[in-house]
Order: sequence, then C-alpha cells, then structure tokens
Amino acid sequence: MMFLRLLFRNRLAAMGAIVLAIILILVLAIPILPLQDPDVIKTSDRFLKPFSDGHLLGTDHLGRDLLARLLHGTRLSLAVGIFAALIAATIGSAVGIVAGYFGGRIDNVIMRGIDMLMAFPYILLALAIVAALGPGLMNALIAVAAVNIPFFARNIRGITVGLAGREFIDAARLSGMGHGRIILTELLPNVLSTIVIAMSTTVGWMILETAGLSFLGLGSQPPQADLGSMLGEARSALITNPHTSIIPGIMIFLIVMSINLLGDGVRDALDPRLRSGALSRPRAKTIVDRKGEVPADDGKGLLNLQSLDTQFHVSNRVYRAVNDVSLFVNRGECLGIIGESGSGKSVTALSVMGLVASPPGVVTGGAVRYEGEDLLAAPYESLREKRGNKVAYIFQDPLSTLHPLYRVGDQLMEAIQVHHKVTDAEAKQRAIELLMSVRIPNAESRIRNYPHEMSGGMRQRVGIAMALANDPDVIIADEPTTALDVTVQAQILALLDDLRRERGLAIVFITHDFGVVAQLCDRVAVMYGGRIVEEGTTTDILDHPAHPYTKRLMDCVPELGGGKRALAAIPGLPPMVSDLPPGCAFAPRCDKATEACRKGEIALSGSETRAVRCIHPEEEIA
Amino acid sequence: MTPALKVENLAKTFGVGGGLFGRPAAGVRAVRPMSFEVATGETLGIVGESGCGKSTLARMLVGLLDPTEGSIEIEGRALDNADPAAFGRLIQYMFQDPVSSLNPRKTIKQIMEAPLKRLYGMGRTERDTRIDEIFDSVNLRSEFLDRYPHEFSGGQAQRIGVARALAAAPRIIILDEPVSALDVSVQAQVLNLLRDLKTEFNLTYLFISHDLAVVEAVSDRIVVLYFGAVVEIGKAEEIFARPRHPYTKLLADSAPVVGRPLKAPEQKDSELPDPLNPPPGCAFATRCPRATEICREKEPMLEPHGGDQFAACFHPLE
Repeated sequence: MMFLRLLFRNRLAAMGAIVLAIILILVLAIPILPLQDPDVIKTSDRFLKPFSDGHLLGTDHLGRDLLARLLHGTRLSLAVGIFAALIAATIGSAVGIVAGYFGGRIDNVIMRGIDMLMAFPYILLALAIVAALGPGLMNALIAVAAVNIPFFARNIRGITVGLAGREFIDAARLSGMGHGRIILTELLPNVLSTIVIAMSTTVGWMILETAGLSFLGLGSQPPQADLGSMLGEARSALITNPHTSIIPGIMIFLIVMSINLLGDGVRDALDPRLRSGALSRPRAKTIVDRKGEVPADDGKGLLNLQSLDTQFHVSNRVYRAVNDVSLFVNRGECLGIIGESGSGKSVTALSVMGLVASPPGVVTGGAVRYEGEDLLAAPYESLREKRGNKVAYIFQDPLSTLHPLYRVGDQLMEAIQVHHKVTDAEAKQRAIELLMSVRIPNAESRIRNYPHEMSGGMRQRVGIAMALANDPDVIIADEPTTALDVTVQAQILALLDDLRRERGLAIVFITHDFGVVAQLCDRVAVMYGGRIVEEGTTTDILDHPAHPYTKRLMDCVPELGGGKRALAAIPGLPPMVSDLPPGCAFAPRCDKATEACRKGEIALSGSETRAVRCIHPEEEIA
Repeated sequence: MTPALKVENLAKTFGVGGGLFGRPAAGVRAVRPMSFEVATGETLGIVGESGCGKSTLARMLVGLLDPTEGSIEIEGRALDNADPAAFGRLIQYMFQDPVSSLNPRKTIKQIMEAPLKRLYGMGRTERDTRIDEIFDSVNLRSEFLDRYPHEFSGGQAQRIGVARALAAAPRIIILDEPVSALDVSVQAQVLNLLRDLKTEFNLTYLFISHDLAVVEAVSDRIVVLYFGAVVEIGKAEEIFARPRHPYTKLLADSAPVVGRPLKAPEQKDSELPDPLNPPPGCAFATRCPRATEICREKEPMLEPHGGDQFAACFHPLE
C-alpha cells in the first residue's frame, strides 16, 4: 500500500500506469473484441483512410484492417519485450550474483567476458546473433535478451559485492549454510528489488530494440504483425499514405513512454535511498521557526546557547532532539557535553551554526548568541562568513569529512581562501604552518598527500588544522577521538589542550567518555533524552555526581586496573526522543523514581555553575 | 587436560597486486606466526590497535579465512570446516556490528532457525521450544521473533546476535568487539549477560576488543597484539598493572582515566610501521623509548618474565 501511494505521488508515473493499463486491457481483450482477421488480404480496399466504413483505423497496402493488426502487433511486441526482459534479468542477475559472491578469479573471468559482450555496439551484436540463427521473432527475442544481459550482470554484481562483504553472509556460513543456499536465501531477497527496478526501466528499451529488428525484416516474418514489421511495411508508403506509419509509430511511442515513466516511478518508490529522501537536498541553513519569544541576551560567555529547542519533523512524527538546552563557553575554556547516543549532544552542536540537515530539522525555540549576536536570526551570508572563521567544527570521522579526491594541502588552502583574500603562495605557506602546528612531521611533503594516504590519527590532525585555518574563537569538537586508537587519542587530546592554552580557544567537546572529559574539560554538561540533566565543574561532577543518571553512568564505565569483575549496568534502554515520557526521561530506568518524577516538567535547579534536574538528587548541590 | 583451543605458528599473509592469472606481487603479513592456548571455560582477551591483526586472527579461527601457515586445534582435533554443520557446532563468532550481521530481509525467527535447522536438523516444534529457551536466557521477549532487524536498538540486536551464537550450542565463541558499538549503559548489560551464559553453558570465550578496561574486566588472561604479532601474554590482573613490554605500558598509559592528568605518553609523532615494507627486528622499535641496536636487527621471541607472563622484548620493563 505504502508502495502504491509513493508510486502515485509521482504524477508522471501515474499517467504512465494509466496509459499502460488501457493498452494492456485492449490487448488482453482481443479475443472478445469484434475485430477482423488481421491477416486477411483484400487488395481492393488498400490504403483506406482512418474512420472509413468497417475499418476504424483504415487499411494497409494489402487492404488488411489496421486496427486488428495494431492490437495483435502490440500484443506480440509487448510479449516479446517482457519475455526478453525476463530472460535477460534471470541470466544477467544469476551471472552477476555468482561473480559478486565468489569474487576473486571467478569474478574476474566472468566480468571480463561481460565486458567483451558490452564492447560490441548492441545493434551490431543483435544483427550478428540474428544473422547466425536466421531471421524470426524467436531469434530476435534471443538477440535482444543476450544484448541486455551485461546491463543486469553489472548492476547486480555491484550490489552483490557490497552485500557479500556484510557480516550476515559470514553469519549464514557459520550457521552451516552452503554456497547455494546462501545465494538463494540470503543474497537474492536483498537484490530482488534492484532486479525489479532494472527490469522496469529496460522493458521499454527492449520493445524498441525488438521493433528495430523487425523493422529491418529480421524479427517477425510476414504475414505476422508486430509493431516493428508494421512500420517496416509502411515505409514505402510513408509520403502517400502516412497513416500506415503514424498509427504503429504512435503505439510504440505510447508503450515505451508509459513503461519508462512507470519504471522511473517504480524505481523512485522502491529505492530505499530515494525513499528516505537522500536526493532531497538539505538547505544551506537550518530552518528556524521559533514559537514564543526569543530570550533576551544575558551576556554570558563567548558562545551562549539559550533555551535551544531543535526538532526533526518526519512525516507526522516529531523527534524532540534538543529540549531547552542552555550552555555557554568562555574564551580559553573547555566545555564538555557528555551523553549516550540519541541524547541530543551532536544536534545541539550542529544547531549552533545552522548545520542541522533541514528538512527535516527545525530550530523551534531559543537563541544561539555569539558575542551577543543571535545567530539564529542572522541571514545566511553572515552565518556563512562566521562558519569556520569564528566557529569551527571537528568531526568524528576525518575520512568522511575530507574530500577523497583533493590533496589535503589544497583543501586547507581552500578553507583559508574562502575567508581571506590571499595569494596561492601565501595560502600554501599558511597550510604548511597549520600542519606543523598540529605536529604533522614533514609538513612540506605531507600537504601533497591525499586523505587515504594518511593514518587515522594524521587525518584527524588535518581535520584539526582545517578547523584552525582561520583562527576561530570557538571550536566545536564532536567526538573527535572516538574513531581513533587509544595511543593516538592521547596525542590528539594533548594537542587540543595545548592549542586552547596557546590560542585562548573556547572548545565545546562532545564525547561519551568520562575519562576524556576528566582530562580535558573545565566544565561538563550531562545530556539525557535531549535535555541537560546536570552541569557543573568537571571535578564536582566526577567526584560528586548529583543526578542518578550521571552517577550510574559513571559506575558503568570500567576503569583500567580493576582486574576481572562484574560491571554495573543500567537496566532498560535510553528513551526515544520521538516518544519522551512526561516528567524525567530517566525515571523508567531510575531506582529512586517516585510518582512525582513521572509527571510535569522538572526544572534545572541550582546556581549558574552547578545545577541538576532531579527531585531526588544523590547529593545536595552547594 | 586438552585445551579448548590451541593455535600453533598460525600466520596469514595477504597477497597484494598481481593480475588475472599472475601470482601476487607482494604480501602483507597480517598475522605473523603466533601460538597460544585457551583452556576450557577460560576467557582469553585479545587487545591491540587497529591494523594489529585481531580480526584476521578471529576470522581464521572460525574458518572464514584460510591460514597461510600453522595449525588450529579445537578440543584436540585439527580445525576442519569441510563439513560446515560439524564445524559450526564447535565454534561460533559474534560480530561487532549487531545490525549488519543480521539479514535485513529476514525475520528474527528465520535468522534464529538457520543454525538449528542446518547444524542440528531440528524439526519445527523442536526448534520453537529451543528458540524460546534461548530467548529466555538472553532476556529477549518471544514477540520479537516476527520482527525484522531494523526494528531493534543496538543493544537488543547484539542480544539477538548472542542468541544466534548460542543456538549453535558451540563449545567456543569468538567475540569480536561485541560491545564497541553500544552505549556505555547498555554495554555492561551485554557483558554481564555474556558472563552468566558462560557459566550456564560452560563456554570458552575469545574476547577481542580495543578497549583495555573492558577486556581486563572480563578476561582471565590477555594477549596483546602489535603489528600482527603477540608482544605480551599474561594474567588480566597483572598485565596492565605490571606490563613487561613497553608497548603494553604505552597502551595502559594512553587509556584516559579519571583523575590522571592529561599528557601525551608518546611525544614522538610516530605511526605504525608500513605493512608492505615492514622494518627488520622488533616492529615497535621505532616508537620504543628503550630500543637499542639489537631491537632493530633481531625479532624478539616470547619469553617468560615471572609467573605466567610472557613478553617478546629484549629490554623488558621490570
């Protein structure tokens, strides 16, 4: 049902479906329609115009009824096209799956064979096949199917290679399945939708190819009618009696057009990437739609978030990723935001510079102030001028944030030249200095490296250098060391710490690791279910956690040096932000929760530097 | 007593380059010859950084990769995966990514049935009772059986992974980073579940992880890998407290710990050696503060350093 709704949302696809359905009904109804025999020759009635007596569409050069020939011919052409598509899809997909699944030499040999098949111009190949097998509709069908096998083989192999490396295939092997069973029950269901998509877009093409062969006299043989041979026979009378060519021509046009439109619609509706809106381009800036009043500037910090609300609106659900979050960070200070996945820590960070993908993201309330200016109200040009220049980001995975096709030096130079009008030579010099400042050895030669030529730690240094390129005042680091090994992590953390002391940077450091927070941050905010549940100085939080969540989360973290032991766990799962419980989001997992915890808003109480959102805190905060 | 798992001189070299029919031009030694034993009921931890050969080792042990040299013995018999059914009953593998290890187009019931059907040839009713039993022991509700993998959170999906490995009723389970994709508060749930199951079913674990603290908390003994070779083996409570190999010490010092001031334990900005062109001698020598001439010439062998601790180092720490 979902599929049909998606399909018919596409107007053109719906139109294609209707036209195709009419044609199919007409063609299937041939036995009960009052048609004349399509092959009866009556030369006295030759070249009758359409709408003449007894012949609705007129007659052809032998006086045969065009309507009857058209419908019979359409039936034949459609049958041949669909049948050829089925054959090509079956053989091509089988070849593709086998090549992709086994890989290595088998893949190499098969795909080189397919490449050779592809290297021939398709019509030449089809002609050669028909020439070898002799003319006839069956042979034309074989030729058209053979010509299209490479298309399916290549497509399906590509998908299969990706799937064959996935862990569920290994798991199936360990469950005792053989190769045949893995291909049939594990791989095939996963590639089936691709096969259907590829077929829906090629049936039209195959009808056209078959018509082409018939037009050349290599397909259907007289007196049998198909659309191609009708065109071929009408060719000589093109000028004198154009209707004999135009009628089958229009039919071919209608069939191919409707199938292609429908095929595109099917692809759009089935393809999971398109369905999830991958092609809907997010805007350059997050949509701001603030309900209620914008909080007045309270003059805190260099970067100041006031009661920020960010939500995702997906169809009719609302994901409240960030709820009423207030934070600030001063020059030279490092603020940690700690939380588990789905706690809203990354969305908070991305909201600052309007980087939340929009749609579906919407900032629905609050303010983000940089030196007092409300960034949420700022026009895109002014925001863009500040991105990277005043506030820069470091992301988790440097491999996906660096462009794989450009040298790291060029990417650094670009980042500099966006904000500063400097010559290439100056920019290059600056790029080298930046790489040196993040302690990359041999910076002069390293700027010529591509990202894949560097190790994870070196890439993250480039990511940091990129963030430093325009001497920003604030750096927002979103789990910058999570993807790195511990020895490398230690180096990167030490580097960030030095940089902030040398340059007076304000750092917002997002992480899930208490050890990292303890070593780097001055103050910490703990997030859960899109809210700040506790904030304070790092020492206060680590030594005297007040919120039960903070305390129990810290108990879960195994510390090195404890030997073999049982670990503390928090039962249950973090809440879904689309379905937050009323009251405290942690209440369902908390052993101190009472009735009062499960209703109404619980306010963040305490001072500016130490606050907790809990009715039964572990410790009274000073 | 026969060890549950015995590995002798196990090594894997991957060919690099070479054309359609040509021989590979070069080899990357992902795992250098290594030997160790795992006693029945023991948990052996394996730690190391990315690229140290942890996963290659694991995949060889479960027969997903063929070793280049050396032998693997499971309960006294050489590894033989000619009969997938017999092999699957001995050893199972639990994957790192809970979601990608479950086929997105199958229901949990179909996923759970595969090992029971293929390995034990169970009938329908027998399967249903067995699945109910397993789901009970991993705290999953049986109404999950009709759902598809994408409907589960990471922690639940990982539990389904545990359930699938248990369905094979193996003797040994290889746990490859079983909790690294999970949140801290959920991670402990899975670890504790694994520990309880081990006692209940008398399992032997090989626990692979990059998280030293987690490995230490669950293991009896720990193997430290560097660049495809074992650099140190020892008891869990000793190895990080009193490391002998300088690399083990570097690892232990690098782990961020609450209450320890931040300092880069390694000021040299060195990287892992190039696997296509490995240096002679000890692979760690370029990063090692204690390295001398001999380290750059000869490969050190694993030697005992007090009790059960073995380290491959010419200049071990005291």
